[in-house]
Amino acid sequence: MAAATEPRAVTEPHASASAREHFPVLDQRVHGKPLVYLDNAATTQKPQMVLDAMNQFYQMDNSNIHRGVHELSERSTQHYEAARVKIQSFLNAADWREIVFVRGVTEAINLVAYTYGRRHVQAGDEIVISAMEHHSNIVPWQILCEEKQAILRIAPINQRGELLLDEFEKLLGPRTKLVSVVHVSNALGTINPVAEVTRIAHRHGVPVFIDGAQAVAHMKVDVQQLDCDFYALSGHKMFGPTGIGVLYGKAELLNKMPPYQGGGDMIRSVTFAKTTYNELPYKFEAGTPNIAGTIGLGAAVDYINEIGLDRIQAYEHDLLAYGTEQLERIPGLRLIGTAREKASVLSFVLEGVHPHDVGTILDREGVAVRTGHHCAQPVLEWFGVPATTRASLAFYNTKQDIDALVGGIYKVKEIFA
Amino acid sequence: MLEGLYQEVILDHSKRPRNFHHMADATRRVEGYNPLCGDKLALFVKLDGETVQDISFVGAGCAISTASASLMTETVKGKSRQEAVQMMERFHDLLTTEKPASANLGKLAVFSGVREFPARVKCATLAWHTLKSALTSAEEVVSTE
Repeated sequence: MAAATEPRAVTEPHASASAREHFPVLDQRVHGKPLVYLDNAATTQKPQMVLDAMNQFYQMDNSNIHRGVHELSERSTQHYEAARVKIQSFLNAADWREIVFVRGVTEAINLVAYTYGRRHVQAGDEIVISAMEHHSNIVPWQILCEEKQAILRIAPINQRGELLLDEFEKLLGPRTKLVSVVHVSNALGTINPVAEVTRIAHRHGVPVFIDGAQAVAHMKVDVQQLDCDFYALSGHKMFGPTGIGVLYGKAELLNKMPPYQGGGDMIRSVTFAKTTYNELPYKFEAGTPNIAGTIGLGAAVDYINEIGLDRIQAYEHDLLAYGTEQLERIPGLRLIGTAREKASVLSFVLEGVHPHDVGTILDREGVAVRTGHHCAQPVLEWFGVPATTRASLAFYNTKQDIDALVGGIYKVKEIFA
Repeated sequence: MLEGLYQEVILDHSKRPRNFHHMADATRRVEGYNPLCGDKLALFVKLDGETVQDISFVGAGCAISTASASLMTETVKGKSRQEAVQMMERFHDLLTTEKPASANLGKLAVFSGVREFPARVKCATLAWHTLKSALTSAEEVVSTE
């Protein structure tokens, strides 16, 4: 691991230009044009440091964790658990036992729905989410509500795509068992005031789950400061590998929750008569986990720390402002999601052209964007559009990338003139 | 390559789709849906025995799916059920195989460029899947998935 995690100098004052060199995949041409990767809300690219860490694990240390007495198993276990501590510090969790490794935010939400939800939600109880949730923060609650005859309540948003806090508070009552909201909307880019949401919910004695999938690569998150009860992230949206993510939960709550899946590693002892479960966080980590992925995620945290989230946030803020300004100048273009607090996302529709056609033409210009409903159909329906084109930024993007996007949009207009 | 996809005929039919209206006296009404991009269309068919006497559609979709539906309605109007199904097979071959375009595809040959854009094949075939369902079964929603 030594070589893989050795700090490297990042001297570029504004993050992007030299940081770009850390991402091998960005250095290629697509359809003869330099790749302009603006699909970071779908997944981010991986720096060499992350690739090296995973490679190093498979080449030198590969072994199962928490089991062997041999040297390789010792090393694997050590690297795996080191990643947990990195995440603990990244989120400023009070205790490493509050960090549970999962596949991603989707699994984290399902875990909480199936354990916390099943234990505490009864017929007639309510769960509150927002109108801008991703399907992953809708469907698990719908399944739970259907099973328990509970009710899913939706906190409304305004025309800019901002959560209406007063309306949200009105939904909270004695039957509310959980609030689950997205930190940053993947479809709109809205940064929700999650600290305020948590304060309001706690005033009503309701615990809060925050979906941080689109937040953690763009801003500093401090779960103790937010005081949220659960927070989830996906590794692949923060320069780490796919298939690994984190559920943070306050120990007090996690301890009271039943296990999610049964199997190896989540038990203390098993007999056919009685099984006792392991302590946190292992109670929730049944079976051999994604060890290489976890180590990759740890390296991604190291990488983000080297660049510095403060710098990333400041740089992206300017880049998003530049992108917003450039797109707003294009006749016939309407931005979907114009919250005052936004991160990363430029979602738009172009008059007379379907987003799918925009996406195909941009692709031929080397510009990778997402088109469609972004797994957030209800919020797009609310805006009265079936789909949008979404450009989403990471700190390795530049103003030139925005210019290429704008150039591509003019090409679309030319074809559909 | 883009020019091969967005040919004049396709752009024309996407902007001014033909047979784009509801049909009160349709004998078949089937909905098609592409969950990937949210494209939706409702297809109306009036069958007279084995003949597609009239056909129309409404819906919202991308240029490729709208133009495909529009050209399809023009093509199969007046054809027999069997001819329409054969046409669909030839159209599918045009989009997914390297076989030279069948001579009797007529205007549909403009879709040959879609072959170079695998992600868009479903856009071009949505209307045809819906038609197949209309000609072979009762009312239902057809998905490309």
